[in-house]
Amino acid sequence: MQTYDFDYYLPKTVEEGIRLFQQLEGEGKSPVYYSGGTEIITLGRLNLVETNAVIDIKTISECKELTVRNNRLIVGSALSLTAVEERNLFPLLSKAASGVADHTARNKITVGGNICGQIFYREAVLPFLLADSDAVIAGKNGLRKAPVHQVFNRKLMLQKGEFLVQLHTDQRYLTMPYVCVKRRQQWDTGYPLITLAVLKTKTEIRLAVSGLCSFPFRAFEMEKAIGQGGPLPDRVQEALRHVPQPVLDDVEGSSGYRMFVLEHMLEDLISRLEGNHP
Amino acid sequence: MITARLTVNGEQREVAFRPSATLLFVLREKLGLTGAKPGCLNGDCGACTVNVNGTAMKSCLMLAVEGLNQTILTIEGLKDSPVQHAFIEHFAFQCGYCTPGFIMNINSLLKKYPEADDYTIKEFLSSNICRCTGYQEIEKAVKSLLKMNREDRAGLQQDV
Repeated sequence: MQTYDFDYYLPKTVEEGIRLFQQLEGEGKSPVYYSGGTEIITLGRLNLVETNAVIDIKTISECKELTVRNNRLIVGSALSLTAVEERNLFPLLSKAASGVADHTARNKITVGGNICGQIFYREAVLPFLLADSDAVIAGKNGLRKAPVHQVFNRKLMLQKGEFLVQLHTDQRYLTMPYVCVKRRQQWDTGYPLITLAVLKTKTEIRLAVSGLCSFPFRAFEMEKAIGQGGPLPDRVQEALRHVPQPVLDDVEGSSGYRMFVLEHMLEDLISRLEGNHP
Repeated sequence: MITARLTVNGEQREVAFRPSATLLFVLREKLGLTGAKPGCLNGDCGACTVNVNGTAMKSCLMLAVEGLNQTILTIEGLKDSPVQHAFIEHFAFQCGYCTPGFIMNINSLLKKYPEADDYTIKEFLSSNICRCTGYQEIEKAVKSLLKMNREDRAGLQQDV
């Protein structure tokens, strides 16, 4: 049970959603967009999220789209993570999504909700960072499309009243070799110690990380180090020098332990993609 | 307050609730369906699992208002079902608190994946926690149902 009340709105179109936000704000309310709603419900119960109006975007058709059109994969922000996993049009995304929470929770957690959430792991963004995807964002001036690298810096940089509608990814990336591994402190369920996603393009190895710092990131500097010649352990050591600081030091693992795990994950996963794995 | 009809266990139930009320709260406190259990209230334990349009959902993670125009099934709607019989045969419960959530999740699993492999079974079952740690018996109950389904299908093919 929520400890506070809010009104619930279910717009049918992007325009209606945007209009509702402006209208509610004009009335002195503090509206939030709602997709799966799991974080609004759970954090709301703890008074960590407070709102008096939620705008549920899950009946907006663009937010539920999952298709390949004009050589681009279109992923609607209100699709549940299991919906994306089951269609499996982007195996790297399926794999990253399958590490979030548990199967039943993923029936409710959405792609957009995970990416825009307060809980900082946001693993669903990793494949889009690796594939140089575009984000389609709705705001008072209509829809805008921007490279995900431009709008995602530690978190999705939305202006007030905006919401994420879709993510577009070049079809070429859907079939590239990848590895995505989530290491936890123990067992198979729980928050990650580190999630590392690695994509191999024709020219380079790309890296994206969650759980290492208090934000997910595409590790451009680390990629450059990995791309240099030389034995893999040396390249990994060089890459580790470019890890953003500070590294998390919490109940899931100390910063030293996280770096130790990252080192071995890098060696293992890159070795697999470079074809040197036994 | 909203006054609306929820379709629960094949019945239309008119009910008044606040838009911020979770489905779990409305099922238990407004409709008297106490089979879905409040556990963590945080989406972790799975004790409150119900089926919405055949999909397992943690009712503590869902607003009741999201259940409008959906088909909701709770443990009360599965009376005398094969899943319940399998749980009894395989002693797949101890204190029983987590049992409705497990059964609803397994009901969804069997409908979606009638030939589920071990990986899929584990994926589904990892959504629920049993403090009595009766996992092996629960897994046996699931596998007995899958086997029964296979035998039923084989029997049907022979009849044809």
